[in-house]
Amino acid sequence: MTAATLHPRLQEIADDFNAVLGQERLQLLLEFSQELPPLPARYTEQHDLLEPVPECQTPLFLAAEVEPDATVHLFFDAPREAPTTRGFAGILHAGLDGLSADEVLDTPAEFTGQLGLQDLVSPLRLRGMAAMLGRIKRQIREQRG
Amino acid sequence: MTVTLPYDTAAKFADYAHPEMIVSTEWVAEHLNDPGLVVAESDEDVLLYETGHIPGAVKLDWHTELNDPVTRDYVDGAGFSRLMSQKGISRDTTLVLYGDKNNWWAAYALWVCSLFGHPDLRLMDGGRAKWIAEDRPVTTEVPQRPQTSYPVIDRDDKEIRAFQDQVLDHLGKPLIDVRSAGEYSGELLHMPDYPQEGALRGGHIPGAKSVPWARAAAEDSTFRTRAELEGIYQGEAGLHPEDDVVVYCRIGERSSHTWFVLHHLLGYPHVRNYDGSWTEWGNSVRVPITRGESP
Repeated sequence: MTAATLHPRLQEIADDFNAVLGQERLQLLLEFSQELPPLPARYTEQHDLLEPVPECQTPLFLAAEVEPDATVHLFFDAPREAPTTRGFAGILHAGLDGLSADEVLDTPAEFTGQLGLQDLVSPLRLRGMAAMLGRIKRQIREQRG
Repeated sequence: MTVTLPYDTAAKFADYAHPEMIVSTEWVAEHLNDPGLVVAESDEDVLLYETGHIPGAVKLDWHTELNDPVTRDYVDGAGFSRLMSQKGISRDTTLVLYGDKNNWWAAYALWVCSLFGHPDLRLMDGGRAKWIAEDRPVTTEVPQRPQTSYPVIDRDDKEIRAFQDQVLDHLGKPLIDVRSAGEYSGELLHMPDYPQEGALRGGHIPGAKSVPWARAAAEDSTFRTRAELEGIYQGEAGLHPEDDVVVYCRIGERSSHTWFVLHHLLGYPHVRNYDGSWTEWGNSVRVPITRGESP
């Protein structure tokens, strides 16, 4: 039921994860970690513009920007030595960057549980990903006033 | 007939009580292709191995492989036998462990393997960080080691593992709390940056002295020298080598590192790791707790 409410881009990511098993699923997460784009200069030069997400087991910082036409852009910073956290950020970037503010806000919090990663990654880490999504939504709401 | 691999004779290690339990990155580089050796990486981050590891090294995942999937416990003898066989590890294999974060999780894996009495276990000093800092080769290629038939060995929880009722009986004897200062005093209900792994009550086990685990590691992730370690654990914390010591943290992983230091590097014969640690103690009804900075 909840799966039906996912944006097609997120649904495609969830389907990709669920189409493979075990080790291949980790490999897919690794690919997302590698595809996470680097921070633009305005964030590397002023890192405190990014919000820390202490729920993640390794340092992660993020920012959500809402364009005048309501398009959302997401920025993440996580160390190379933390590929799992980077992978989660990569999934959120691939799934949500460029969507409208409403589409991002409509993303169900359960999304992080629909990737089949529970047995591979500790539930605590998945909660870190849910926390990233929660903070992205809050930042979007704040910018919309 | 198997031949034991040579020990690392580095001068720093010779000072330790059990130099046979530790090898350097140089030693690993030199012996990487020796038959009878398996190198295993055990990290906190489950994807780190996939980003590149020591050539030939297998992955040992603390979360999905060393724990029972349902009960809060480690795998049993049959489970350990299956795991080792599948990794291509035999009972007479020299198993060298290394990992991220000062060998935090590698020490934990070594402690779990010790519950099954694996005869030849060694930790690579400095772990993953040192290997990479030295620009040594890494690969993403996963080795296909032939399956072995590791015997089913009963897990021995008596010697190096402590349970809550045993810790209650132990009150008044030496206890080392290896968590951060804020967790020890009770100011924090969880480890800094790990807010999910909390407890309902904060503080420490009465009488426990605070020695955060990472004090045993130098800047480059290697263990401190024996003299430095004695200064910390004997000088500052007042332990004696003959003491019956219980160490704990949050789930028993950071304290495995301190267990390794006390038991293998300093040679204390009676050191047990209380793996229930604060996530059990701080959530238990009517166990005594001390708050504040004093034991």
